[in-house]
Amino acid sequence: MATATIFEKIWKKHVVHEETGKPSLIWIDRHLIHEVTSPQAFDGLRLSHRRLRRPDLTFAVADHNVPTTDRSLPIQDSISAKQLEVLGKNCKEFGITYFDLKSPQQGIVHIIGPELGLTLPGTTIVCGDSHTSTHGAFGALALGIGTSEVEHVLATQCLWLTKPKTFEIFVEGSPTHGVTAKDIILSIIGKIGQAGGTGSVIEYRGQAISQLSMEERMTICNMSIEGGARAGLISPDETTFRYLQGRMYAPKGDDMDKAKQEWSQLATDKGASFDKHVQLDASRIAPQVTWGTTPAMVTDVTGQVPDPEDIEDPNLSKAAARALDYMGLKPGTPIQSIKPDRVFIGSCTNSRLSDLVAASKMVKGKKVASSVRAMVVPGSQIVKVQAEKLGLDRVFKDAGFEWRESGCSMCLGMNPDILAPRERCASTSNRNFEGRQGRDGRTHLVSPIMAAAAAVEGHFVDVRYWDMKG
Amino acid sequence: MEPFKHFKGKVAPLDRVNIDTDQIIPKQFLKLVERTGFGQYLFYDWRFDRDGKPKPNFVLNDPRYKDAKILLSRSNFGCGSSREHAVWALSDYGFKTVIASSYADIFYNNCFKNGLLLITLDDGKVDHLFEEATKPEACSLEVNLEEQTIRNKDEIIQFEMDPYRKKCLLEGLDDIALTSALEHKIRAHEQGLSRFRLVQR
Repeated sequence: MATATIFEKIWKKHVVHEETGKPSLIWIDRHLIHEVTSPQAFDGLRLSHRRLRRPDLTFAVADHNVPTTDRSLPIQDSISAKQLEVLGKNCKEFGITYFDLKSPQQGIVHIIGPELGLTLPGTTIVCGDSHTSTHGAFGALALGIGTSEVEHVLATQCLWLTKPKTFEIFVEGSPTHGVTAKDIILSIIGKIGQAGGTGSVIEYRGQAISQLSMEERMTICNMSIEGGARAGLISPDETTFRYLQGRMYAPKGDDMDKAKQEWSQLATDKGASFDKHVQLDASRIAPQVTWGTTPAMVTDVTGQVPDPEDIEDPNLSKAAARALDYMGLKPGTPIQSIKPDRVFIGSCTNSRLSDLVAASKMVKGKKVASSVRAMVVPGSQIVKVQAEKLGLDRVFKDAGFEWRESGCSMCLGMNPDILAPRERCASTSNRNFEGRQGRDGRTHLVSPIMAAAAAVEGHFVDVRYWDMKG
Repeated sequence: MEPFKHFKGKVAPLDRVNIDTDQIIPKQFLKLVERTGFGQYLFYDWRFDRDGKPKPNFVLNDPRYKDAKILLSRSNFGCGSSREHAVWALSDYGFKTVIASSYADIFYNNCFKNGLLLITLDDGKVDHLFEEATKPEACSLEVNLEEQTIRNKDEIIQFEMDPYRKKCLLEGLDDIALTSALEHKIRAHEQGLSRFRLVQR
């Protein structure tokens, strides 16, 4: 019997129409929308008098530009308020389930999809956001799309897709204490480069991946786009099925048992071949810190800021020199001497309960350094409530962190949570692009425990040794 | 979508790799709910200082490149966020074509949905065009999608193009209308959906 990868199995089940030399028409099982990339798509529908084909498969949430301060107060920014109002109106007009600012299920779209059981193995999921790759952690084919494609999916529940290539990233071994899923994915991106995955769907495999919890797998798949990949996924297993048990929109009872049987057939077959392959050893990965303005500009916490003159490719060397100028760093600077002014724990990469639990252990009974302003933005209201039940809000607040409401917040700074010019931030988010967290702001991407330790010490530290000091 | 017609236009050289969509259109301009008016914000943080004054050393502020219709850049252009606002900003500013050695996937799709032609050339040809475009007198190129050529005076550069994308651009085809013609197939697929692919409420 022919062997197949999980990607090929999902693809085959979703092809509506194919023709040689053309993209294929693919059925979409879930369409998630938010306030920033949907308004123009709804306008397009109205202009052409088209209906929304499947409101039952479309879900909306307010996340990108929402304030993370007191929700009972009106939104200060009138343009943001209008964008949210437009989303609310569109959802009402077209009959879409909408988790608005007041909803107990509100949160970052890529946090709530899995949390509510909307994200299921073997499904195709799209959202007008590049970090849709997150949902691939469940063995779903999850793609970030633009607004024209959002409109296309609203109208037809299908998407034209050129079949991507398959890319196996095999991570063997076990990471050492203090090395997290974030460090694994940053290390992968450092290895394959910012465009290493272009045109491909990555499947993460190997012992180091199968050992991860669902929340950790989401962190890995989330950053697939930072390596240029069309999507990232992980074959589902018992860990996946356990996570889905009892979720709001997931199958229940007998249905769940039958679903599990179906999902068990999805995993990549033994001996299936990939177009491309990269292998890493997790036991050799150190905590990672980015030093530049792309996620691929990353090094070990024990390392130094590189010298652009040592980079052979003239274009990459120029880019590195420009990045160091922007970041205000000199070649040879030890990473551990870099001092963040701000610490941000949040984003669709690292704002789930386990991220907050791990970070809170680092700061419990300690104080944020006087030179640092630190904040925690839970990924969703559900995460926030769970964290508060565990008393994490108290731990963070006692240490001097701000404890906020859920949203994308300082990951992209569309709301008031932004860096001042030249402010340096240790951030658990996914992008360190110029101006991402605020104009002329400087971002270093790290894991939640690295961010928490940096908040306490006032500079980066190697958490493999630091937290043992208690 | 407007059909793509051949044209002649000035080239603005933006010599950087990995230009991400956060640079093309910074986030503070994503709150608008229309598709128009984004050109004034294109490359905002590179183009203007914090007081909103044009930065003289940025290529689009160089009088030589005024009214450029072709943007020349390097590898992995358009990486990062899926925001289609980046494409709207490029088009609204007046760009009809980008030339680079590679593009990020989502951006690539977004451009073609909006009639913005992306031309991929190898690094050697891109280097050559940078030499041409940075000479004291601006360089103008003639772009002909039908023939898949770029003409610089007497020099003709051929480029590769996916035949299907070419057809869509030249005819200005509406994706949704194309898909709707396959309604019978969509319906058949829809009716065969397994229960576990639906939302269980």
